[in-house]
Amino acid sequence: MIVGERKPMGEILEMIAPHEKVLLLGCGTCVTVCLAGGEREVGILAAQLRIHAKKEGKDLQIEEHTIERQCENEWVDEIKSRVEGVDAVMSMACGVGVQLVAEMYPEKAILPALNTTFMGYPVQHGTWLENCRGCGNCVLHLSGGVCPITRCAKSLMNGPCGGSQDGKCEIDEDIECAWQVIYERLKSGGRLDWMNNYQPPRNWSTAGSGGPRKSVKIEEVVD
Amino acid sequence: MNITDNQTAIVRLSSIAAAALFIQQGVEPVAQMTVRDRNRIAIQSDILGAAALGIKNVLCLSGDHQKFGNHPNAKNVFDIDSMNLLRMLKDMRDEKRFECGDEMDVEPRLFLGAAANPFADPFEFRVQRLAKKIDAGADFIQSQGIYDIERFEKWLDAARDAGLTDKVYILGGVIPLKSAGAARYIKNKVAGMIVPDSIIDRMKNASDGKAEGIKIAIETVRRLKEMKGVSGVHIMAIEWEEKVSEIAEGAGLPRRSGPA
Repeated sequence: MIVGERKPMGEILEMIAPHEKVLLLGCGTCVTVCLAGGEREVGILAAQLRIHAKKEGKDLQIEEHTIERQCENEWVDEIKSRVEGVDAVMSMACGVGVQLVAEMYPEKAILPALNTTFMGYPVQHGTWLENCRGCGNCVLHLSGGVCPITRCAKSLMNGPCGGSQDGKCEIDEDIECAWQVIYERLKSGGRLDWMNNYQPPRNWSTAGSGGPRKSVKIEEVVD
Repeated sequence: MNITDNQTAIVRLSSIAAAALFIQQGVEPVAQMTVRDRNRIAIQSDILGAAALGIKNVLCLSGDHQKFGNHPNAKNVFDIDSMNLLRMLKDMRDEKRFECGDEMDVEPRLFLGAAANPFADPFEFRVQRLAKKIDAGADFIQSQGIYDIERFEKWLDAARDAGLTDKVYILGGVIPLKSAGAARYIKNKVAGMIVPDSIIDRMKNASDGKAEGIKIAIETVRRLKEMKGVSGVHIMAIEWEEKVSEIAEGAGLPRRSGPA
């Protein structure tokens, strides 16, 4: 899923400050699951903002609403009347959702309440691990199901650097050395060849270095 | 004489510029080059420049992560890895080709080095990684600083059994210790290094820690000299460069000609 975390309150208050009527818009998909921008978090942030406004003696109206997905036109289209009634929309979706809302309501101030962090999965309650960079050229079938681009701090493709020790990455002892994990997986599967063979320089043009990416669905017929 | 490339990701004088200045002084340097700060375009351009300035020896490294340095918020590059760097420079030299395949008129005539760390994990892969580096183009190897001589020998034996020591010049890394505190710091805080307790105890019990550090370094160089498959040593007296000749002389290394 796409993982996000709420921006610091100071930043949120600064964004909200010029506005009097704000729609706090939650997203029911990824950010609900990662406890950052779903209906529950909308409720919490709305209460915090109201309390703050009251303390400051400021006239602030907060509307709360959560839609299924902010990254699809159909869902974002449904909130038209709600958006018309406010000065600004504070989106609690990932950056994709924020941008679609901004695209569909260009006359409104659209404010991001979250920092979109990465694509990953939970490793324990409240902790998520980055697993995919969306590089556009997957090698997981070769690398034992562990992504070296994402999980090696240097995105190395030819094995661990000299800083790998006791299974840990040199940059932080809380981070696993991806290559240690890859090595063990490939070894247990008798597939160390991939690691022992030279891997040429990556083609990063699919990874965003070729400019903003666009994906067009083409149906492929397999003979 | 190794010239580091913004080691520990702290901004320093460019390794190529410093190496060129050494050449002007009649000293033949090894210019280090990392893939942390440059993509394949910048690296190839810098290598052509280095060769034009008379630099011959290039040590190909991935580079310390910028997290350790004085610009931890920088974006790193890692377009290619150190293995790709070796292959790319080898192809420039031997095939007169850039990484993209385009031909060049005049090739950089380089002697290519790579790092090897027998103290990093997984240990069994370290010999295989050495083989990969030789295959990719390494003419010489510089090892990480050696304190655990047994582990280094185990790695060297495996490399020799694989026929690798005949294909490459291996330089053993020696870093003299200044104190027991420094030894403990390296053991606990520097990733990829091993300092056995016996070394820490020696440093702790010595009346003169610095003298003991030099003594250990001299003993290490002497041990390395005896090992089949070791072609030389790389003494890294960090911020203690004046001690290099003392260690070299103490270990009975032949005095080099030319400026000290």
